[in-house]
Amino acid sequence: MQNLQNLETNFQANIDAGKRIEPKDWMPEKYRKTHIRQISQHAHSEIVGMLPEGNWITRAPSLKRKCTLLAKVQDEAGHGLYLYSAAETLGISRDEMFHQLHTGKAKYSSIFNYPTLSWADMGTIGWLVDGAAIINQVMLTRTSFGPYARAMVRICKEESFHQRQGFEILMTLMRGTDAQKEMAQESVNRFWWPSLMMFGPADKDSPNTEQSVKWKIKLKTNDELRQRFVDIIKPQADFLGLTLPDPDLKWNEKRGHYDFGEIDWEEFWNVVKGNGPCNKERVKARVDAWDEGAWFRDAAVAYAEKKGKRGEEAAA
Amino acid sequence: MTEEKPENRKTIKPKNLSKEWPLFEIFVRSKNGLEHRHFGSLHAADAEMAIENARDVYTRRQEGVSIWAVESKDITASNPENQGELYEPAKDKVYRHPTFYDLPIELKHI
Repeated sequence: MQNLQNLETNFQANIDAGKRIEPKDWMPEKYRKTHIRQISQHAHSEIVGMLPEGNWITRAPSLKRKCTLLAKVQDEAGHGLYLYSAAETLGISRDEMFHQLHTGKAKYSSIFNYPTLSWADMGTIGWLVDGAAIINQVMLTRTSFGPYARAMVRICKEESFHQRQGFEILMTLMRGTDAQKEMAQESVNRFWWPSLMMFGPADKDSPNTEQSVKWKIKLKTNDELRQRFVDIIKPQADFLGLTLPDPDLKWNEKRGHYDFGEIDWEEFWNVVKGNGPCNKERVKARVDAWDEGAWFRDAAVAYAEKKGKRGEEAAA
Repeated sequence: MTEEKPENRKTIKPKNLSKEWPLFEIFVRSKNGLEHRHFGSLHAADAEMAIENARDVYTRRQEGVSIWAVESKDITASNPENQGELYEPAKDKVYRHPTFYDLPIELKHI
């Protein structure tokens, strides 16, 4: 048996060499725990993320929009499932993860604690929220833990349709009547700052970043990803004719990036702590779905067991 | 009859959980002529449901024409700790590769 020091040195050497870590490989306990936390919270975000959009499925303005929104929400369910499976390879059960979500022990992306008040929000969520998620997820396709990286590859392939359909919704509204343009602008006003918050706290307030970068859980810091997002989105906003609600947002020739204003971190931490507009509603919807589905899960197990017994009897 | 109070209805404690559905590994053949490849895993009450769930989870965009579901507990996996004894012996047997054999360059079809 190798001693712990050796194991850790080998582990870091493999990571530095760009090798992927697979579930049965030796890994530091903290690496395992960090991944369980991060992957399960990512999965929860996909699952809770279905709720704000599910709100508009029955009220989509056309059959085409209804079909695409349904497909998108179904993809999110799938993404949640890929991620739960990846987390399970590290030794946590699916039900334990649900339990953590239902009791508030595990978090999910705070963006989903904001309400979806107008149809334009379906466009804005696709464009900004999925756009921000994609930037994070593209980075994660190269993360060091194999199952997580593989789930990300599949998710990224599917996610680009989400962002494009969102952009198309806004583009259609911006080519419409004044009321439609106003609806789009009002929606972007509400979602711009929360979208920037999706990248997490500023680097100076993110104590885990250094370790995460060393273990290649993260390949870029929160602030680097946020900057990339702003640089990509601003020209797209100009194309749409939408104003991003930040008077300090302007091109900085010297840096070669857009400068932007200070994020309201108090709001960020407040929503993280559970005081956002929809925190309680979102968790309640998940708990209700779990409780109300209990009879079905039990019945399916009872049926499978009965069928199994019958099979055994027939074979005997 | 027991009274149904909302606070009694919450069954979110793991202790009160019903039996968890078993885990299945899903293999998908993308098209005829190709082998089944591991796509991922999912939970289902039985193998039949695993195939139905796999259809929704892994083939929403025509990724497959055939699905295998195997209960994860039925898979025996090699242990990474035995990497050395399993795979090292092949390392010094370069003569198993065609490039090991130095043949005149003017030869064709060999």
